[in-house]
Order: sequence, then structure tokens, then C-alpha cells
Amino acid sequence: MSFSEILNIGLMQGFAGLSLFSVLLLMGLGLAIIFGQMGVINMAHGEFMTIGAYTIYLFSQLTETYAPALAQAYFPFAIAAAFVFAFIVGWLVEWAFIRHLYQRPLDTLLATWGLSLGMQQIFRSSFGAKEVSATLPDWLMGSWAPKDGLDIPINGLFVMALTLIVTGGVLLALYKSRWGLRVRATVSNRVMANAIGINTTRTDRVTFAIGCGVAGVAGAAFTTIGSTGPTSGSLYIVDAFLVVTFGGAASLWGTVVSAFGIAQTQSVAEFFLSGSNAKVLTLLLIVSILMLRPQGLFAAKIRR
Amino acid sequence: MSKNQHCSFKRRSFMIGAAALPLMLAMPLAAHAAPPATAAVNTTKLAVTDTEVTVGQLHSATGTMAISETGSIQAEQLAIDQINALGGVLGRKIKVIKEDGASDWPTFAEKSKKLLVNDRVAAVFGCWTSASRKAVLPIFEKENGMLYYPTFYEGLEQSKNVIYTGQEATQQILYGLDWAAKEKKAKTYFLIGSDYIWPRTSNKIARKHIENVIKGKVVGEEYYPLGQTNFNSLINKIKVAKPDAIYAIVVGGSNVAFYKQLKAAGITGDKQFLLTISVTEDEMLGIGGENTVGFYAAMKYFQSLDNPNNKKFVEAFKAKYGKNAVIGDVTQAAYLGPWLWKASVEKAGSFDIDKVAAASGGIEFKDAPEGYVKIHPNHHLWSKTRIGQMQSDGQFKVVTESPGLIEPNPFPKGYQ
Repeated sequence: MSFSEILNIGLMQGFAGLSLFSVLLLMGLGLAIIFGQMGVINMAHGEFMTIGAYTIYLFSQLTETYAPALAQAYFPFAIAAAFVFAFIVGWLVEWAFIRHLYQRPLDTLLATWGLSLGMQQIFRSSFGAKEVSATLPDWLMGSWAPKDGLDIPINGLFVMALTLIVTGGVLLALYKSRWGLRVRATVSNRVMANAIGINTTRTDRVTFAIGCGVAGVAGAAFTTIGSTGPTSGSLYIVDAFLVVTFGGAASLWGTVVSAFGIAQTQSVAEFFLSGSNAKVLTLLLIVSILMLRPQGLFAAKIRR
Repeated sequence: MSKNQHCSFKRRSFMIGAAALPLMLAMPLAAHAAPPATAAVNTTKLAVTDTEVTVGQLHSATGTMAISETGSIQAEQLAIDQINALGGVLGRKIKVIKEDGASDWPTFAEKSKKLLVNDRVAAVFGCWTSASRKAVLPIFEKENGMLYYPTFYEGLEQSKNVIYTGQEATQQILYGLDWAAKEKKAKTYFLIGSDYIWPRTSNKIARKHIENVIKGKVVGEEYYPLGQTNFNSLINKIKVAKPDAIYAIVVGGSNVAFYKQLKAAGITGDKQFLLTISVTEDEMLGIGGENTVGFYAAMKYFQSLDNPNNKKFVEAFKAKYGKNAVIGDVTQAAYLGPWLWKASVEKAGSFDIDKVAAASGGIEFKDAPEGYVKIHPNHHLWSKTRIGQMQSDGQFKVVTESPGLIEPNPFPKGYQ
């Protein structure tokens, strides 16, 4: 094998690691907001991602039927719509469901798990049990080949860019906006936040809905690399919790760092070991680190 | 069944008929050729009356496997409707009790027990994954039931109580590999699978065949967990190994991710030869034809098969389930189940499980959409294997087929 081939593989493998990093980060981000900031264990996170995925499918069907000329352009709008749909459903779920359970975290786990099963059956009844596939615009398909033997997946680049935008947006909102201020105040001391006039009920609802919206965006983006079916969301839920828990539940930066660490470990291990062994190795590492640091990589500096 | 019961059944059905359709009163029951007496065709207390025979259908209508099993449920129902329209089995209409295995293997076991013990069904059409079949097998053997199992599977199993209407592994694998070696001049192979029994057993057979018969070389063998959604590292390994052929047995949600990422990494049908035994028209719905154009699959059935039986079958299926319905290999195999059972019952002249099982070997079905099939004494089917090339519309173009029917060989010597 020539030097340039090794270089190409090295570059592509480096990109594979970065691409997995952005996938993990994007899927973990919504959960980091909901689980990290609010302490709600949302087992239905994957299904909110599925809402996003089906939104893309719906839009692709609609454009195909009514406006074939827009086939190349619908995707960004569909992603925005995915956020809106998931946001609305999240809002309703918080109102109908979650707000009654804030004092009982373990019950939330059970309730949201039930919710996830229910949502899966709704998807199945409305879209059919079989998987569907959205027609993606041509510019999202295939690879970018700057030179011979080097193929950079375009969908990977796209997910990476989207992750960058969404993460930046969430961080900015959390640390620079009034909403972020209210969220952080509520997280660090709910009673006091309430006392100084922050409407914590409303803050909770918006926060939960935004978390769900971000999950919707993630699900929409993943139609470029994965499947769209009633149970597609369940493929992501374990990894999402892994990323958030490992990073330290209350820290968004922790989520970023943990996604990076897990992605690099896994993609390097996958290259040198077999797929299942790589997973075992990654999980072993995470478990041992969590045994030493049960609070995760980044613990929030809050007096409890 | 005692004589008394026999009479009361007769009277009840007679009274129902009388209440619903007074005209029927005037028609003596023996106007048509009388079906054989129930006491004669049912000596083991199965749910068989003078007018009806009850069968069970046991698939996952809910849960993760609903994706795959829906097609089988539909095909079996279609076959049963068609048989009923032709007058049923031994003059009795088929009544179906549908049970949902809910993608959960203990549930499959429980429901199969319910069907066999409580409902006394004469046959069960069902199961999809090997795990569900393994869960119900001891129950079918203990309670003496009859299962028609539609999925292509890893082999290494044979039971008096099961008819395997899909292909066992060697039927599906060996012809495809021989074809790859001969027509595609493939010398080096990269084997990929999801990490469970079917892909592992199948790849084991494939490896033996590649190394011992084709005299080729396996340059990589990789397994990924069932829910894996990221294949970029694997794809880089394929690029390092530069195999002549990729042999892929990836299933479930992973399947879609695998092919989308192959395409995104520039591995496409025009540059790389890929043969799979796990992608049917059903999977193509989720993957999207544009991602797999030019890759090949080895199956016994493709929707595009050009023969009169299949034309009729596809037409009937679409008439019942919509014009966008697609039919994959397993769906067609599921369709065979009720027909093979009917033929076996008629040959045996009885619904009794032992007699049906004994009569099964040698049963032919000439109207099968896949063409002629025959049940081997080992309860698998003789069938042809075809190679289909994936098209952008999600259909397959059949490029070749085995010259004759391939003998099922669930315990292949030299491959274990």
C-alpha cells in the first residue's frame, strides 16, 4: 500500500471519527437540555427524533407530488418544520404529562417509556409498519472527492455543519439569552428562582419543548445516514443517554466533550478491532470511568 | 370428536343458516358433492367442523419486527382468502385466529400454546425471526401442531412439526457465490453481518465455500451489533482490503444506514461488486433504490419475476393491499404456506397433524409465484435461486437463475 493511500485512509478515518462525533452530539443535545437541565429522564427522546425523520419524509412526498421543481430545495425547510413539529408535541407532552411528575423522577422514566411505545404505535398506524425512505436532494448524496481515492461523505459534512449550528445556537441561547438565564436560575435553585419572579412552570415547558425540537432536528438530519421507520428512534436512545450521562448530566460542555471522546474511541477501535468488540471496548472504558467519576466528566458546580 | 358433538354442530350451523338465509332451507345440504364427514377427517379434536376449519396466524403486528412481518401477514391472508373462494379445504372454509407475537419471543411461545391448546387450530402460519421459531418449536413438538415458517434462515434444523417455506442457508448462499466467482471473477471476499445467529452461520457456510470450493480468499469478516447506525470505519476497512466482492448480511435499521453510508463513501454499484442475501423489495422501501443501484441480491423470489403465476399473484396482492404494495422473498414464501397445507391435507384426506406431516413430503405446488416448488421429505422446499440486480425504483432485475431446483440441505456436510 502506497503512502498516499495510507494518507487517504487516515484522512477518511479521521473524518469518520469527526462525523460520528457530530452524530452523537446532535442526538445527545436535546436530551442534554431535558435530562441535564431539568432532570427529566425522557425515554421518548428517540421518538421525538422519529417525528423529525417522518417530517422529512412527509415533505419529500409533498414536494414530489405538488412541486417537483423544489425537490432540490425542500430539505432545509423540512428541517425547520421538524423542529416546529417536535417542539409542539414536546409542549403538549409537558403540559399533559411531564409537569405532574417533576417530583417523581423514576415515575417519569416509566411514563416516558410508555409514551415512547405509544408514539411508536402511532407512527406504525399512520405511516405503516414498514420503513420508508425520503427522496433526498441530489446535493446531499454521494461523496466529495477532492482527489483520487479520497471520498468524503457529503451527508457527513452536512450533519457536521448542522451540529455546529445547533450546538452553537443552544449554547448561545443558554448563556446569552433571558431564557437561558431563567433556565440556569431554575436549575440551580428552583424555589429561589420562583421567589424572585421567574415563572418556573413556563420555563420548564419551553425548555422541554426546545429539547424535543432539537431532537426533531437530529432525527431529520439522520434521514441522510439512517433509517426512517416507527422504531428508528430506539436505535439512538441508548447512545444518546450514554453521551449525556458520561459527559456529566448538568453540563452542555460535558456533552460535547463526551461525544468527542466516545466517537474517537469507537471509530478508532472499530478500525482496528471488529465491530462488536469495538463496542465492548468503548462501553468498558465508559463504565470504568463512570465508576471513578460517577457524576460524569463535567460536574456542575452547584451547592446541593 | 363424539357423534353427539358432531350432530350438535350440524344443527347449530343449520340453524344459523336458517336464520340468516331462509332460502337455504330449501336446499338440501347434500346438493353439492358432500365433504367428507368431520369424524373421519379429524380424529384428534382439532377445531374442525362440517363447514369450517380453524387455523392460527402468529406474527408480530406490533414492535420492531412489524416492519418485516407485515408482508407475511398480508400474503397468508391473501392465500387463505383465495383458498376460501375456491371452496376451502376438504369442503371447509378456513377461519383464521390472528395472534400478535409483538416482536417478543416469550410472547410467541405463549400465543402458540394458546393457539394449539385452547383453540386447537389445525395449522399455524407464522414466525419470522429464528429466535421466535426457536421459542415456539418445543411447543409445536410437544402439543403436536403444524407450523408453516416463511423466512429464509440458517438451516441446522428439521422438525416433523414445521414446514420451512423459505430457503435454508445453503440454497441461498452457494449458488450466489458460484455465480459471483464465475461471472464476476470474484477472488477476494469481504463478509459483513449483523451480530446474531443467521448472519454468523451463513457467513460460516460462505467462508467454507469460498475457501474450499471456489478457492478464493476471505479478506475480511466483520460483525456489527443489530442497532449499529455508523459504518464509516467499516467502510474504510473495506477500502483498505479492496475486495472483489462484498458479501453483506446486515439486517434491520442497520441495513439502511449501511447502504446510505456506502453510497456516501463513494462505494457504488458501478465501481464495486456487492452481493447480499438480506435485502428484499421490503428492505428497499427503507433504503431507497437510489442508494443501491447496481448491487446484487440472491433470493428465490423477486417481485419482477416474469411468469404467469407471478403476474397473477402480484396483481391479486396489489388489488388487495394497494398499488404501491411491494412483495419480497419472504412475503412470497408466506403465501405458499396455506396452499402447501391445503395440498397436504387433501393428499392425507385428513386434518390430523400426524397424517398431514407424513403426507407433506413430495407435495407439489405448480401455481407458486416463484414457479414450481416441491416439499422435500426433510420438510424444506426444493426451489430455484435467482440473482437480482437492484434498480433505482426499488425493484430487482433478475439477471440469472439456477438451472434446476436446488435440493434443501439443512445439515450440510463440510460446511459446519
